[in-house]
Amino acid sequence: MSNAIRVDLQLIADMVEPGGRALDVGCGDGALLAYLVNFKRVDARGMELSQAGVNACVANGLSVIQGNADTDLFDYPDSAFDYVILSQTLQATRDPRAVLEQMLRVGKRAIVSFPNFAHWQVRLRLVFGGRMPNTPSLPYKWYDTPNIHLCSIDDFRALCREMGVTVERAVVLNRNSRPIRMPPPLANLFGEQAVFMLRRD
Amino acid sequence: MFDDLTDAESKALAQCRHAVLGVGQPMRLDCGVDLGPFRIAYQTYGTLNADKSNAVLICHALTGDQFVADRNPVTGKDGWWESIVGPGRILDPARYFIICTNVLGGCLGTTGPLAHEPATRQPWNLRFPVVTIADMVRAQAALLDHLGIPDLFCAIGGSMGGMQVLEWAASFPKRLFSAVPIATAARHSAQNIAFHEVGRQAIMADPEWKGGDYRLHDTAPERGLAVARMTAHITYLSEQALQRKFGRALQNRDTVGFGFDADFQVESYLRHQGSTFVDRFDANSYLYITRAMDYFDLAAAHGGVLSNAFKGSPTRFCLMSFTSDWLFPTRESRAVVHALNAAAANVSFVEVESDKGHDAFLLDEPEMFRTLSGFLQGAANARGLAGGSK
Repeated sequence: MSNAIRVDLQLIADMVEPGGRALDVGCGDGALLAYLVNFKRVDARGMELSQAGVNACVANGLSVIQGNADTDLFDYPDSAFDYVILSQTLQATRDPRAVLEQMLRVGKRAIVSFPNFAHWQVRLRLVFGGRMPNTPSLPYKWYDTPNIHLCSIDDFRALCREMGVTVERAVVLNRNSRPIRMPPPLANLFGEQAVFMLRRD
Repeated sequence: MFDDLTDAESKALAQCRHAVLGVGQPMRLDCGVDLGPFRIAYQTYGTLNADKSNAVLICHALTGDQFVADRNPVTGKDGWWESIVGPGRILDPARYFIICTNVLGGCLGTTGPLAHEPATRQPWNLRFPVVTIADMVRAQAALLDHLGIPDLFCAIGGSMGGMQVLEWAASFPKRLFSAVPIATAARHSAQNIAFHEVGRQAIMADPEWKGGDYRLHDTAPERGLAVARMTAHITYLSEQALQRKFGRALQNRDTVGFGFDADFQVESYLRHQGSTFVDRFDANSYLYITRAMDYFDLAAAHGGVLSNAFKGSPTRFCLMSFTSDWLFPTRESRAVVHALNAAAANVSFVEVESDKGHDAFLLDEPEMFRTLSGFLQGAANARGLAGGSK
């Protein structure tokens, strides 16, 4: 088993305390799940939309079900997990605010990562190119993108304030997925993606 | 008390183990009757390890039996799950102690309507108490007690076997480390009850059935039982599979015969299924076991809320369904998954793409094998079971 995972996933994994319980919503091929199980002794479960992804995960010994972030978090009881993780999926949900609410109901903490729609490349593309942005973290065409609720880092912070949710940690990543330390307006310009750890008050 | 074995029972008991249970203390059945003593016929593969942590219980389906992975002494055919159980297979006797019991109410050595009532020394026939899936599971748990096995590493089964697995998880959560219910449901649907009723009526409409006392008259309701099997067999397949296998092809002829012989291959196939079934299965037993499935409703037994059945469950679950299974469709498995989520249980769920219908769980389905193998490996790691990856 390899211990190398994508940098943004590693960042999320680092936020998770060993030995707890975690639910990875939209777990894809299970890379983060496997890391959490094998290296952090976490009782980690996954939910994945694509049946092929689910089957691959289960064949690798991971606990994964086929499910949808918008509809299937309702099943779980309150505080069933220490962490509910949503990596690069929030922008593809039908009702991101409701999903966040469910994540914070089911989990004591929520960890969310998403692409920043206010990144300078996105702004340039739209302002000067006059075309919908097409960047490494937003690789789709406007007509085939699953991303129906894109937001900027500042938008996300505003939603957290509106929901009365505490931001415990916020890490902004540059184009090379390296954390950058900048005041919020600049982070919102130079950050390509962000990882937030949230908790209910 | 067990006198007068049928040929099939004698052959089965000669090739498997059995235990007589409920001797001092009879077992209270769901219907209120105390049953005992009773016999459980079972087959085992492999050996129990020193810390008794490698026991796997395989639960068979409606017309299955204990001969999972060795030649069936009645039919002479291979075991019914040799694709999964055996040396080098996913459930390898070199690693696991594998047990399969003939279910309570069965007709291959375990006590059922064929047995004699201890009090009267007469055959039970239709006076045998109606048993439930929970009764079958209680009897299996009693066998484990008898064998000195505290808990199971895994209980696995498809269809009615899956019902037993779910019942195990609900009744004995602390004795079950992992559970694999395949192509099953937490309750038998109206449509499924309806098909069973057609089968039972076919048996009871056969004049040879004689109110269930056919053995006293040295006869058997073979035509009725064959029709029951033919009907049921259709439900185990899918429309696509039937079409692919037979289409409208004719049997040994170039044109239709303008009569009621088996013109079509599919008719001939079903007739064959029916006629071979009666050689290996008892009609009364068929009535009792279909009834047990009909009565199964795990939610109803837990205050109407399915998740109550799994509250605080420590068991790791892996459910599987098949896309073309219309007898136990995916939504039935999904309902169980939702209930397990509501209980925050550890659950995996895979829907396997297959056009083979309900019977897919008995067939060569690589996706099912991969899922099962990965899940069991993960569970074995979590349990600290020694043994190489399979």
